[in-house]
Amino acid sequence: MSPRAVLTYVLALSALLVLTAFAFAVGRFPLALGDLAALVANQLFGAGYAIPPTAETVVLQVRGPRILAALLVGAALAAAGTAYQGMFRNPLVSPDLLGVSAGAALGAVLGIFFSQSVLVIQLGAFAGGLLAVAVVYAVGASVRRHDPILALILAGIVIGTLFGSLIGLLKYLADPYNQLPAITFWLLGSLAAVAPRDLALAAPFAVAGLVPLYLLRWRMNLLSLSDDEARALGVSVARLRIAVVCAATLMTAAAVAISGIIGWVGLLIPHASRLLVGPEFSRLLPLSMLLGAAFLLAVDTLSRTIAPIEVPPGVLTALIGTPFFLWLFATARRSWQ
Amino acid sequence: MAVMLEARGLGYGYPQRPVGRDLDLALAAGDVLCVLGPNGGGKTTLFRTLLGLLPPQAGAVLLDGQALAAMPRGEVARRAGYVPQGHAPQFAFTVREAVLMGRTSHIGLFAAPGAADRDAAERAIRALGIGELAERLVTELSGGERQLAMIARALAQGARLLVLDEPTASLDFGNQVRVLREIRRLAAEGYAVVFSTHDPGQAFLAASRVLLLAPGGALRQGAPPEVITPENLRTAYGVEVRVAAVGDMRVCLPAL
Repeated sequence: MSPRAVLTYVLALSALLVLTAFAFAVGRFPLALGDLAALVANQLFGAGYAIPPTAETVVLQVRGPRILAALLVGAALAAAGTAYQGMFRNPLVSPDLLGVSAGAALGAVLGIFFSQSVLVIQLGAFAGGLLAVAVVYAVGASVRRHDPILALILAGIVIGTLFGSLIGLLKYLADPYNQLPAITFWLLGSLAAVAPRDLALAAPFAVAGLVPLYLLRWRMNLLSLSDDEARALGVSVARLRIAVVCAATLMTAAAVAISGIIGWVGLLIPHASRLLVGPEFSRLLPLSMLLGAAFLLAVDTLSRTIAPIEVPPGVLTALIGTPFFLWLFATARRSWQ
Repeated sequence: MAVMLEARGLGYGYPQRPVGRDLDLALAAGDVLCVLGPNGGGKTTLFRTLLGLLPPQAGAVLLDGQALAAMPRGEVARRAGYVPQGHAPQFAFTVREAVLMGRTSHIGLFAAPGAADRDAAERAIRALGIGELAERLVTELSGGERQLAMIARALAQGARLLVLDEPTASLDFGNQVRVLREIRRLAAEGYAVVFSTHDPGQAFLAASRVLLLAPGGALRQGAPPEVITPENLRTAYGVEVRVAAVGDMRVCLPAL
């Protein structure tokens, strides 16, 4: 690794740690950093410092799960986005592509519509995301006469639109006092209601998606070449692509199951990371996950502190993401080549 | 001399659209085969079939005497290196990283390149004399530099057969000469090289054999002076050409 890349990693890791401490400290019930340190010492080493009992509840029951969720969802979305972008040879694609997010949202909205438990809603999100990818992949693979990548992307857009209109139908039919707010809340994305159980349910899936990406980290680079080139270099492109799509989708669905749809993270963060350390996947993936975790934590902390009511984080990421995307579009020549 | 690349009664193209048929080829170490033919004449289709990227419609391709159809992709990659037609790369890898990708077939599915792979990539970079480009980004190279980097990647594969699709297309005069010089040098070192071009004169400069693909699938194959004649070029390209001698060199001159 070049000195510049090492420095980038050190800075990203420090930023993440400072941000995490800050996120624990601020909010409706501000905590002194001293109390925070005492609490950590108590928990880890049984130090027995005296701290206000409310502080302990806030950290362990309220902010802890929420901060962990922000870190996990941010890292998962960024990792999935990095994989999708490398695989589709296009730095402007994201997990929203392939209909993953729309499929997961449809699954969740169905669960809410039929007044199911939180667990069923999450599993619905999960199944919806995987189903969307399976359909998109089947459609993309059956149109043999087109460029396979283009076929996948177009199929993703079409299926995503279809799922979007089904969601629209469910919203139209939903009980406007009870279900509709819940559906809207989910579609905007939020980490406010995360319980430790949600994390425990989704985290294994996120890890299961990350493991293949990590193992294939060097070979992923080959997917950035044309299919012919990669195959001539000895890669089974079709099989590798299926493995990576499954892994990235698993991570996206796990993230959506925790937080609902939070857009833009999977687009912005991989791109920014690539500008910092280059496209080499084994160097890019960890940085992307670090920055994704830091970014979503920052956004979520803002969303619960800047106004008396919570601002949905999906709205904030869109406010930051849109200008970034336009800037990318205008200057893309240099960076996306 | 052992035959490295062989085609027997090869039909290539697509089920509904055959491009060529009944092609026989045999290439040994040190041979340079120049493939000529008009646009859409099937040069790239033939190359993709020779590399197993496209299934043959008839006949068979053999690499080092073994059937290509039964060979795993990694095995093919260790025998045949491919430099596709030049196009702008999408991601800004450095030249060193791009050449290292040539080692894929020597690296396990879940592994990263080791010291031996890095050495092989460095040797390939030095062999092409592009050491000063190693840290440059492939997206910022000129056409000629990129072509040399791609040839270095093919060398890093460890393959002794190189298939170059229009390696001199859209290169300036100096870079065309440089690429042709590399082809000659590699053949002298015992590589077998197949390359395609739009300039019949390049066959006289660099090739030991010529394959002329004419419309309708008519094929001519042989030593450059036998194949590159005014009659054959008229059939293939539909224009008048003179073949003249300058010293002991032959050149192709179009008659306007």
